Amino acid sequence: MADKNVRYLNPISIDTQKEKYCRFKKKGIKYIDYKDASFLLMLCNEQGKILPRRLTGTSLKYQRKVGQAIKKARHLALMPYVADNLR
Amino acid sequence: MNRYETVFIMTPVLSADQVAETVEKYKAYLKENNAKIVHEESWGLRKLAYPIQKKSTGFYQLLEFEADASVILPFETEFRRDERIIRFLSTRMDKFHVEYAEMRRNKSKEAPKAAPATTEEA
Repeated sequence: MADKNVRYLNPISIDTQKEKYCRFKKKGIKYIDYKDASFLLMLCNEQGKILPRRLTGTSLKYQRKVGQAIKKARHLALMPYVADNLR
Repeated sequence: MNRYETVFIMTPVLSADQVAETVEKYKAYLKENNAKIVHEESWGLRKLAYPIQKKSTGFYQLLEFEADASVILPFETEFRRDERIIRFLSTRMDKFHVEYAEMRRNKSKEAPKAAPATTEEA
């Protein structure tokens, strides 16, 4: 019952989401290099998993290429398949 | 004729001479099959992101060449038979990849520091 009595002096700030955009479209990047592991790491979470489109804002066309590039980099041991605390 | 890019990893037990010899072998193989080598790059001894064949380092080598599609299959068979090679990957380059590779080459020419470090030790 105590919960109902909680009152806020100011309305809770719900952070308004910034407009998402595709970084590859915006910067005109046509090719995603599988050899550049440090760049691909930005598109992974700390376990080395590929981040979904809904988080990075990448367009579908480039998300496919990102996936391919990361998988190639993993094959060549430039990036780990599984990891802990990558960042 | 297509443009291809091959990256392969050699075992870290090789000496510098043996590495050069191995690379030379594959370049010679390509030349025999009427391929034109456009670019080559040695990344030196690098740490692997995960162990392969119980090895945690390896010599990386990149070859960029123009060849007929029929060359690739026997070329990769050579890699599979070679015990010195622990991993390889060949990709056909599309026009954006070629563009990017040229840009990357010019960039590393201007600023040699930006290029991947090449180590001379065995």
